[in-house]
Amino acid sequence: MGSITLKQVTKSFGPVDVIKPIDLEVEDGEFVVFVGPSGCGKSTLLRLIAGLEDVTSGHIEINSKDATTIPPAKRGLAMVFQSYALYPHMSVRKNIAFPLKMAGIDKAVIDRKVDEAARVLNLSDYIDRRPGQLSGGQRQRVAIGRAIVREPDAFLFDEPLSNLDAALRGNMRLEISELHQSLKTTMIYVTHDQVEAMTMADKIVVLRDGIIEQVGAPIELYKNPRNLFVAGFIGSPKMNFITGAEAEKKDAHTIGVRPEHFSVSRSKGTWKGTVGVAEHLGSDTFLHVSADGVGTLTVRADGEVDLKYGDDVHVTADPNKIYRFGTDGNTIR
Amino acid sequence: MARSVTTQRKTINTVLAWAIGLLIFFPILWTILTSFKTEAQAINDPPIFLFFDWTLENYSVVQERSNYARFLWNSIFIAGGSTLLGVIIAIPAAWSMAFVPSKRTKDILLWMLSTKMLPAVGVLYPIYLLFIKFGLLDSVLGLTLVIMLINLPIIVWMLYTYFREIPVDILEAARMDGASLKSEILYVLTPMAVPGIASTLLLNFILAWNEAFWTLNLTAAKAAPLTAFIASYSSPEGLFYAKLSAASTMAILPILILGWFSQKQLVRGLTFGAVK
Amino acid sequence: MATKNSRSAARLMMAPAVILLLGWMLVPLTMTLWFSFRKYLPLRGGDLGWVGFDNYVRFVSSSSFWPSVQTTLIIVGGVLAITVVFGILLALLLDQPMWGQGIVRILVIAPFFVMPTVSALVWKNIFMDPVNGLFAHLWKFFGATPIEWLSQASVQSIVMIVSWQWLPFATLILLTAVQSLDSERLEASEMDGAKPLQRFGYIILPHLARAITIVVLIQTIFLLSIFAEIFVTTGGAFGTKTLSYLIFQRVLESQNIGLGSAGGIYAVILANIVAIFLMRIVGKNLDA
Repeated sequence: MGSITLKQVTKSFGPVDVIKPIDLEVEDGEFVVFVGPSGCGKSTLLRLIAGLEDVTSGHIEINSKDATTIPPAKRGLAMVFQSYALYPHMSVRKNIAFPLKMAGIDKAVIDRKVDEAARVLNLSDYIDRRPGQLSGGQRQRVAIGRAIVREPDAFLFDEPLSNLDAALRGNMRLEISELHQSLKTTMIYVTHDQVEAMTMADKIVVLRDGIIEQVGAPIELYKNPRNLFVAGFIGSPKMNFITGAEAEKKDAHTIGVRPEHFSVSRSKGTWKGTVGVAEHLGSDTFLHVSADGVGTLTVRADGEVDLKYGDDVHVTADPNKIYRFGTDGNTIR
Repeated sequence: MARSVTTQRKTINTVLAWAIGLLIFFPILWTILTSFKTEAQAINDPPIFLFFDWTLENYSVVQERSNYARFLWNSIFIAGGSTLLGVIIAIPAAWSMAFVPSKRTKDILLWMLSTKMLPAVGVLYPIYLLFIKFGLLDSVLGLTLVIMLINLPIIVWMLYTYFREIPVDILEAARMDGASLKSEILYVLTPMAVPGIASTLLLNFILAWNEAFWTLNLTAAKAAPLTAFIASYSSPEGLFYAKLSAASTMAILPILILGWFSQKQLVRGLTFGAVK
Repeated sequence: MATKNSRSAARLMMAPAVILLLGWMLVPLTMTLWFSFRKYLPLRGGDLGWVGFDNYVRFVSSSSFWPSVQTTLIIVGGVLAITVVFGILLALLLDQPMWGQGIVRILVIAPFFVMPTVSALVWKNIFMDPVNGLFAHLWKFFGATPIEWLSQASVQSIVMIVSWQWLPFATLILLTAVQSLDSERLEASEMDGAKPLQRFGYIILPHLARAITIVVLIQTIFLLSIFAEIFVTTGGAFGTKTLSYLIFQRVLESQNIGLGSAGGIYAVILANIVAIFLMRIVGKNLDA
């Protein structure tokens, strides 16, 4: 139980249309990630689903029932906020128990559920502490604990990892994914980080300026981006875009090649250039090559490659993996 | 970085500041000292600073003669009641302004502030008439209401500035967790804002305690608080320095101590957040 | 944030405060306005009908009016000048490193918490009494004739008492402002070769400008309506009748409600002029 359907949903703040008409299906048990640059409307969309904002027009259905005007508490959804939004004056136990207390559940049942959630989330040792005495990751887990005890139909995550440092973020990403595997509850997750989107999602929704650019499985978006924007947004480092004569040769306004789809050679290749900055990571080497007639290209080479600043190189794109885009920005198939 | 200063410079600062501080505090100190003197010693020429026969007699005389306890009780009731009532009315209003601001919020806040600037004397007679009509003259209830109303703008402002520092996320989380508006304010907002609410209570209690225009004009015998009690000593027959000092000390000491705790809030409260 | 639900809840929760204050403002003010156009003498015939602007003209043309305006200006101006100048000096001093800073602060702030009736009485009797007051002793000690403060120098005495009460407020606010001054800015100006007096003129004073304005405006509003200090010390005698005290006397002592109300309307207008400036500053702060 946890399907969510948006039908022609819009949201305007005064004269500004933050969400243009959007249709979206989230199926029961799915992990859906809303991704897009800041200001694309992804958080607003989540808040509309949560009921923290009214839709300007359109309908939101939860479990096939119209929930457009139902207040947030009654929608059967739980939300994890970017700032965690823990109650600073309550202990971890009370924080997790709060939604149950609000629902008027029996004290003994609350205690049992809170202990269970604390155990699952490794919070048992901290159960009587205040949020102020916890680390970022622990706070994050309390916020998740508060969400899971309610056994909601769906979880909403609003950029939950953006306040954590890089190492912890990786861990929490795994934990949330595992949580999804074990609970099999619908999750909607908002992020601006395409790595989080790629690694966690069953389905990615790419948003820009209040409209959905593309919806699909991560690899589907990587392989078949519908347009320039999605192509540039999904994948890291970013896809290289080339315009002008080289693109026209392929009957396109723009052509795009991912850094990992280049091969590098000292002696021969399609485009000749000079290495600018070379980033040696050990596992990969990223070369920033200024190629004649093409501009600066980011090129990924496997493992360690012995190239340095100022070296002459030749780069060649894998012919099967060149994306072509028309003047309207859409992919030419 | 604060720079280190020479000891000499620091000594000069200290001496100067202490001298000025004591000079400013002197009238209060002298009043307190005088309250422990006999009447004769109080007007001794030359004045006696410390070496007099300390006595508590004045305090018992003041208490017996004027039923100090009743005035004190009136003061506590009026200051406490008006402040508490004001906060109860102001919390929901400040919640609205801080967390559901609209285009008019700022105008409403400024308008509230403007009512605070209404010169009391301009509306003295109408209030007097209304008090007579509703039987509120010389009643603790009436005075409590009036003082609540004159301090309400400050209370709303102070709470508003404190509430604005509370992240709205937390209130939304409470909403998602199924809290009703009442629970949200009672269990989440209010406990989080306890320091701010306490400061607001404290400062407004002090302001109400010291209010002198309405207390002098709207009370007679029954509901008079300490401000009016003290003013009664201005008549010639009450003119005994030691007793006057004892009465004054009793009237100001509790509030002086509260005041020292609330000096930071004073800046925030009385400048409406315009000086930080 | 905000849904239709929370917006309507917000309006509902704001209502009590707004309605109370609206009533508190409008009802008595309307009555004052009404009385100001009527000849109303409760003890001498009651309400004697409309008189147009008669009360307004009479209030202004009475022989007490201009002196009361003058007294008001002297008291307000005098107290403002004293509290601002000494407030700045004291704030700068208290900002310096010293021993026992907290205690000095407590000593300096204390007078603000003394209720006005107490401070007026203590000053009047224990300090300014021409026979037994401390000042009289002091004068005699130096061989001078004691001054009858509240009759010979009545307005100055009141300025002194009120200044003593308000100096802490000015000092505290200015001190808060001084402390918010970035010390790096002072050090930078020192590096640029500014002398102490120049640093004060070019860096500190401009930084304090806003706090000074606030002090002036807020004090003006309170000072325009000082009451207890005059009521207790001189009862308006010896040229200490301020505009608001004059109105008070018209209303309660001579029971001429129409005349007093006209004066009240003048006072309201005067206070509003000050208030508008204060609002501008506070309002700007709201956007920040």
